[in-house]
Amino acid sequence: MHELRTGLALFLLLNILAGMVRVVRGPTLTDRFIVAQLFGTTGVGVLVLLAANEGGAPLRDVALIFALLAPVTVVAFVRFAVGRDSEDARARGEEPRG
Amino acid sequence: MSLLDGVAAAFMLAGAGFCLAGTVGVLRFPDVYCRLHALTKVDNLGLGLVVVGLALQSGSWATALKLLLVWLFVLVASAFTCQLIARAALRRGTPAWSGRRES
Repeated sequence: MHELRTGLALFLLLNILAGMVRVVRGPTLTDRFIVAQLFGTTGVGVLVLLAANEGGAPLRDVALIFALLAPVTVVAFVRFAVGRDSEDARARGEEPRG
Repeated sequence: MSLLDGVAAAFMLAGAGFCLAGTVGVLRFPDVYCRLHALTKVDNLGLGLVVVGLALQSGSWATALKLLLVWLFVLVASAFTCQLIARAALRRGTPAWSGRRES
């Protein structure tokens, strides 16, 4: 089982690497950002897989913290990407879309 | 290898399969909104099945519950963040896929 779990963790890491292609190709800022979310979830997967190995138990807590902090980056991105745009729109007296 | 180990391994392999599907979707789908759809499958099913497989072999309730808690956090986060990102893309004016192939 140890080999299977480590193999799967490696496989998930390869998924992260493949996701880098989307970061490079874009085309929009949002495309580049959603890969960060893929990293977050896949990273949590790698951590829980490695936590099942001998002496890896603390990694489970790390995974928990990762899962808790991942949404913060998304909120920061949305504030960065949209906040200014919609404030500009409101200043011009337009109703923000969405 | 016991029956429980076999079932756990099957769950973990299925979860890894969903992760692969999500990655392929992020790379191949035509616009942001489709890619988000592929991405949330990784959050829900990919991580979910891996966690269920690991919880089956963990051998203690405390560990299994902690793993399920990790999954629960990711589930809630994924539901909110997917909607936030899609709305951010919409407000930025990112066009949706029209149904024609990319030239």
